[in-house]
Amino acid sequence: MKQFWKSMLKSPSGVIGLIILLLAISVAVFGPMLFPNSPWRMVQRPFLPPFTVSTVPLGTDALGRDVFAGMIFGARVSLLVGLVSTLVALVVGVPIGAMAGYFGGKVDDALMRFTEFFQTIPSFALAIVLVAILQPSIYSIVASIAVVSWPPVARLVRGEVLSLRTREYVQAAVVTGQSNSWIILREILPNALSPVIVLASLMVATAILLESSLSFLGLGDPNLISWGYMVGAGRTVIRQAWWITVFPGIAILISVLGLNLIGEGLNDALNPRLSREGR
Amino acid sequence: MPKRVLLGLLLACGLTAPVLAQEPKTGGVINAVIQPEPPGLMLALVQNGPTQMVSGNIFEGLLRYSPKLEPLPELAESWSVSEDAKTYTFKLRKGVTWHDGKPFTAADVLFSIEMLKQTHARARTNLAQVDKVEAPDDYTVVFTLKQPFGPFLGIFEVGSMPMVPKHLYGGTDWKTNPYNNAPVGTGPFMFKEWQKGSFIRLVKNPNYYEKGKPYLDEIYWQIIPDAAARSVAYETGKVDVLPGGSVENFDVPRLSKLKDTCVTGAGWEFFSPLAWLWLNNRQGPLADKRVRQAIMYAIDRDFAKDVIWNGLGKVATGPSASTIKYYTDDVKKYPYDPAKAKALLKEAGYKGEKIRLLPLAYGETWQRWGEAVKQNLQDVGMTIETIATDVAGGNQKIGDWDYDIAFTYLYQYGDPALGVGRNYISSNIAKGQMFNNVEGYSNPEIDKLFADGAIATPDSKRKEIYDKAQKILVEDVPVAWMLELQFPTITRCKVKNLITTGIGVNDGFKDAWLDK
Repeated sequence: MKQFWKSMLKSPSGVIGLIILLLAISVAVFGPMLFPNSPWRMVQRPFLPPFTVSTVPLGTDALGRDVFAGMIFGARVSLLVGLVSTLVALVVGVPIGAMAGYFGGKVDDALMRFTEFFQTIPSFALAIVLVAILQPSIYSIVASIAVVSWPPVARLVRGEVLSLRTREYVQAAVVTGQSNSWIILREILPNALSPVIVLASLMVATAILLESSLSFLGLGDPNLISWGYMVGAGRTVIRQAWWITVFPGIAILISVLGLNLIGEGLNDALNPRLSREGR
Repeated sequence: MPKRVLLGLLLACGLTAPVLAQEPKTGGVINAVIQPEPPGLMLALVQNGPTQMVSGNIFEGLLRYSPKLEPLPELAESWSVSEDAKTYTFKLRKGVTWHDGKPFTAADVLFSIEMLKQTHARARTNLAQVDKVEAPDDYTVVFTLKQPFGPFLGIFEVGSMPMVPKHLYGGTDWKTNPYNNAPVGTGPFMFKEWQKGSFIRLVKNPNYYEKGKPYLDEIYWQIIPDAAARSVAYETGKVDVLPGGSVENFDVPRLSKLKDTCVTGAGWEFFSPLAWLWLNNRQGPLADKRVRQAIMYAIDRDFAKDVIWNGLGKVATGPSASTIKYYTDDVKKYPYDPAKAKALLKEAGYKGEKIRLLPLAYGETWQRWGEAVKQNLQDVGMTIETIATDVAGGNQKIGDWDYDIAFTYLYQYGDPALGVGRNYISSNIAKGQMFNNVEGYSNPEIDKLFADGAIATPDSKRKEIYDKAQKILVEDVPVAWMLELQFPTITRCKVKNLITTGIGVNDGFKDAWLDK
C-alpha cells in the first residue's frame, strides 16, 4: 500500500487529478453547508452578469438564481451520480466477467452473448430510452448509466480471469480442493483488480458526462440541480448570458479531466513495471 | 340634428387625428413568419392556430370584433335582435364576390352553417342553441334560437364561422375537394401558391368590396422550423412580422431593442389566453379550501409576469380574463403574501405531505415557470415534487386526475358562456378528457349561475349573475389563476395598422399597410 501511494504521488498527473477530485468532493460535501439556501431560490435580478454583485459572484440565470450556488449543489449531484452508477456497474459487471472467465465453455458463451447484446446498442441512445421510459429521476438516471456501462467491466474482468485461471497458484488451489467461489474471490479477483480500478476511475468520468448530457437534453431529475441541467437551461439564452452555460461547463470539464488524470496516475502506480519500462 | 352630427364628426376627427396622421400607402410585399407550418388552409376543415392566421386573410366571417369585443361588420353590414332575444337578423353586404368572381349571397351562409356543423367542433357547440336559419332574400339571414343565448353575437369570427363558397363545395366530398389546396374565399387576399416547407404566398384581391383595401400587394408566410433561425430571419431582414409565439420569450427583449422594431401585446383579446394551475380538489391537502388559498398567496405572480414573460401579460384576478365580457375585479384579492400563506397552511393542518407538480411541456418558458412556482410553494413550507413529462403524458395524467397541481392555459372566446363556465360546472366533470372541469370542483350554486347566465337577458342581468359567480369562484379557488397571457407580436415599425381588432394578426392584413 505504501508503495502504491509512493508511485501514485510520483506521477504528476495522478497528483493533479487527486487534488481536483479532493476539491470537488469537499465542495460537494461542505459547499451546501456554506450555502444553506436552495439553489432554486430567486435571489437577485435575472441575467445579472458575473463579478458585479459580491453575493452572487458568478451572476444569476434567467430567473435570478445564483449560478455559483447552482454549481456547488450541482457538484453533489454530478459526483454522486458518477460514483454510485459506477459502483452499480461494477457490482453487475465484475461477477459476470469473473464467472464467464473462470467457468469458460457454455457459461462463458451465454454470459458473453448477453453482454454483447448490451454492447451492440449505442450506449447514449439506450440511456436516453431507459430514462424516458422510467420517467426522469435520480434513480432512473443512475440505473440507466449503470446499465450502459457495465459491459466493458465484464469483458475486462473476463480477460484478466482467463489469463489468471491458468496460473500455477490457481491450479494449486484447485488441486487442494478449494471451492470455486473461494478461488475466484481470494485467489483470482485480487490479482485482477488493478486494471478494474483504473477502468472504474474513467467510468466515473464517463458517468458524469452521461448524466450531464441527459440533463442537458431535459432528461435530468427535475427536482435536483446539476451541471448538465444548468448548461441545458442556459443554452437557449447563450447570446444574452454566456455565464449561465460557461461556468457549469467548466466545472464538468475540470472534474472529468481530473478523473482522467487520476486514471492515468493509477495506471502508472498499479503497473510500476509498465510505467518504468514504457517511457 | 345635423349640427350634432357635425359636432360629433369634429370631435371624432379631433380625437383620432394624431393616430390617422398618416394616409395609408398602397403597395408593397410583406414577409411574415408562420409557425408551425399549417396542416391545411381550408378553414372550415382545419382550425389549427397557424391555419387561422393564414386563412383568416383568405376567408371572412359575418362579423369581426374590436379589441373590446364589440361586433364589427364584415360580410354582414348590419344586424338586429328581436324583442324576445330569440331572433337575429343579419343584412349581408351587397356586391361581395368570391375570388373566382361569383357573387356571395345568403345561400352561401346557409350552406356554410350546414357544412360547419359537421366539420367544425366548436361551431357545432356554438350553434347548439339555434333552432333554424332562414334566408328570406339573397341578402338577409335570420337565425331563430331555441331560447335567448347571450353570447350569440360572439360566434361569427372568421376562425369560428368562416364563410365557404356553396358553388364550389355544394354536393362534393368536402375532404377531397380540390379547392382545399387552393382555397377560395371572399377575403382581402387570394391564395396564390404554397411551397411546402418553404412559404405560402397570398396576393391582393383586386375586386375586394372595401374600396382601396387591401393596401399590400402580396404576403409571403415564411416557414422556418427552428426557433433560433426565426429570430435570425428577423434580425437579418428576411421577415418583417413575427406573430405571437413564433419566437421564444427570452428572445423578445433582444429583438425588441433592434432598430425600427415595434412590439405589441394587443390582438389576442378575442382569445384571451388565461394561464392557471389545475388544483386537484378531490384528494389530499388540496381538498381543503384554505390550502388552495394559501397557494394563491404563496405564488409571486408579478415575478412570473416580469421575469418569465418579460413583462407581457397581466396578473389574473379570477376565472375571467379582464378582456372578456362581464369581467369584474370586485373579488377577493390574493397579493403575494408568504406569511399569510404559511398561516393558512398551519390553520388547515398541513404537515408537509408531498404534492406533485406537473409543469407544461411547451418549452423553456413553461419549464422555468414550473421551477419558480415550485420554489414559491417550498418557501411557504410545502413539499413539492416536480414530475417530468411530455405533452401527451401530461394530458393523460391530467385527464385521468392523476396529479395534484398542473399548469395549463386556455382560450376564453370573449364570453363566460363560451369559454369560462366549461371549467367550473360539475356537469363538465368527465374522466379521460382534458380542458373540462378536471379539477373536480363541484358547487350547485355555480352550476346554476352559469346555466342561468348563458340564457339570461338583458345584459345587465347577465352581468349580475357572472359577478356573483366570479366572487364565489375566487373565494373557493378551484384552480389557481396565474396570468392573462400576451403573446407579443414583433414587427418592423414600417408595418402599420396590422393589429386593429381583437383577433389580431388572424384577420389583420386587411387593414395593414407599408410605410416605405
